[in-house]
Amino acid sequence: MSDSIAVGGRYVLERAEFPRFLLALHEAGFRVVGPTVRDGAIVYGEIREESDLPIGWTDRQAAGQYRLERRADSALFGYNVGPHSWKKYLFPAGERLWTAVRKDGSFEVHPEPVDPTPLAFLGVRACELAAMGVSDHVFAKAGDPSYAERRRRVVRIAVQCGQSGGTCFCVSMGTGPAVRTGHDLSLTEVIEANRHFFLVEIGSDAGAALLSGVPLRVAPEGDANAARAQVDRAAASMGRTMDTDGLRDLLVNNPEHPRWEIVARRCLSCTNCTMACPTCFCQTTEEVPDLSGEEVERRRRWDSCYNSGFSAVHGTSIRATTQSRYRQWLTHKLATWHDQFGESGCVGCGRCITWCPVGIDLTEETAAIRIQPAPAPVPA
Amino acid sequence: MPPPHRPKLGVFKFASCDGCQLTLLDCEDDLLAVTDRVEIADFREASSRVLEGPYDLSLVEGSITVPSDLERVAEIRAQSRVLVTIGACATAGGIQALRNFGDVDEFRRIVYAHPEFIQTLATSTPIKDHVPVDFELRGCPIDKGQLLEVISAYLGGRAPNVPTESVCIECKRRGQVCVVVARGTPCLGPVTQSGCGAICPGFHRGCYGCFGPQDTPNTVSMVHHLSKLGMEPAAVMRIFRTFNAMAPAFRAAGDEAQKESVP
Repeated sequence: MSDSIAVGGRYVLERAEFPRFLLALHEAGFRVVGPTVRDGAIVYGEIREESDLPIGWTDRQAAGQYRLERRADSALFGYNVGPHSWKKYLFPAGERLWTAVRKDGSFEVHPEPVDPTPLAFLGVRACELAAMGVSDHVFAKAGDPSYAERRRRVVRIAVQCGQSGGTCFCVSMGTGPAVRTGHDLSLTEVIEANRHFFLVEIGSDAGAALLSGVPLRVAPEGDANAARAQVDRAAASMGRTMDTDGLRDLLVNNPEHPRWEIVARRCLSCTNCTMACPTCFCQTTEEVPDLSGEEVERRRRWDSCYNSGFSAVHGTSIRATTQSRYRQWLTHKLATWHDQFGESGCVGCGRCITWCPVGIDLTEETAAIRIQPAPAPVPA
Repeated sequence: MPPPHRPKLGVFKFASCDGCQLTLLDCEDDLLAVTDRVEIADFREASSRVLEGPYDLSLVEGSITVPSDLERVAEIRAQSRVLVTIGACATAGGIQALRNFGDVDEFRRIVYAHPEFIQTLATSTPIKDHVPVDFELRGCPIDKGQLLEVISAYLGGRAPNVPTESVCIECKRRGQVCVVVARGTPCLGPVTQSGCGAICPGFHRGCYGCFGPQDTPNTVSMVHHLSKLGMEPAAVMRIFRTFNAMAPAFRAAGDEAQKESVP
């Protein structure tokens, strides 16, 4: 049957056959990465077998709070996005870019090869597909070769959300919860009284090729409807909302709003929001010589606009206060990102809200600025 | 290309546990690379061979706690082209700076049979309170990688690349799960300087602040949150009064918490 599988097709994969699907990915040479329980959270890691998945686990999220909880059922993907995002695979937290070695009075540069193993991202949510789209634009604009090379080797197996987390607001940002584009495959997990199956939707030829030898049958209308109902339920249970109407101008026109000072009293300038954000791309590169002075490595690692050193120009930080750093982050993410890249930098995943140790909530901050915006500037 | 002259390295100790200078010996394979580039001129813990000063680079461990230290630190400074302090004792007075919050005469009377034999200062203070310091390397103990970076930077004639950002960024780069958010565990990571590799959160413990305050620590918000997590003011005071109790930001936070504490 796999011969007839085509983009746009809808099929049913029974829960009992899921290991066959996983096996097919491994047999096709993919390193499969996806959700797994570690250190009290659902993070992304190696998926060797089905038991690596967070079977029967979910999470409860609020501003500054995440708790792993047992589900009443045995869902494989019954959770909301956790502290990790896929960016760690495409834009690693730390990497060597090249090494230079002294030779014959000059030096030779050896670029760092990128691991050629193809990656299968299993369990990508709609907001995360959107985030990868945002990152693709950022890194393409920068002409980043290692990102592009890694990205080429990735297939994306989306999983539709059947629930929303307490800090989710993808509906406001127009990025979810339904997976519509950008996926190679999309799965919707449906658990009924006597049945547990996945609706598999084919998003690309690469996705269709992953299903070779996987037992599927064409989805009856009823199963497709049951899957759609899952996503509708997620859409109706968003934990947060954000009013994006005129948001760019609102933030750009309010650089001196008193709210920035109020939020800065709480903000720890600890960088957690930017680290958890799937689109934050700030980085630093540094040359690290060995003690002999014969060899030097260029490394890059995740940096953050919350670090004073990040805006240091000639030894002085131009954003010396936490107030200026929080304002920079939020206005870039929600406003000037539009000017720079033609879209918002926020996909509504809610990670920055959950993983802020003190629970600062950008939906609350933007709402507070909206209540009392600065008077419109007088035309010159 | 090795330089024609190997700079002379001195390693000196004041009140401390020796853990930071041991970090240099712990460099293992890298230690040979270090000794290729610098001449170990005075490092009593490693060698009884002692060369006279002056020294090109001095690493100074420990805090100033006895009257004779005052003279000795001035002499070391006079003999050192570049003086780098290493560790929480040298940079903030160390855990022994807890005496600064107590009555040293009383301690002396309780602890020693003949207190009159004990000469000690009323306070434990960092090296920079007494002599100019060229660079301070934080930690309890210091990190081996950062120590090698300081030596490497000295040899290359550049500033050391030692970030002053929070422990959180290291924790997140390592892919660890935040213990505050996922477990409600009190953790000083957000106000503490990186460098340790976020070891404690990696073992599901909160950060103890061994590297002292990060460059823009919001201890007021941190204390408010520690209280929300259920810490009593006395416990908040104690968590700030450990290895870096006298680092100004931690000192201020500890003092504020003390005011709120039930005696």
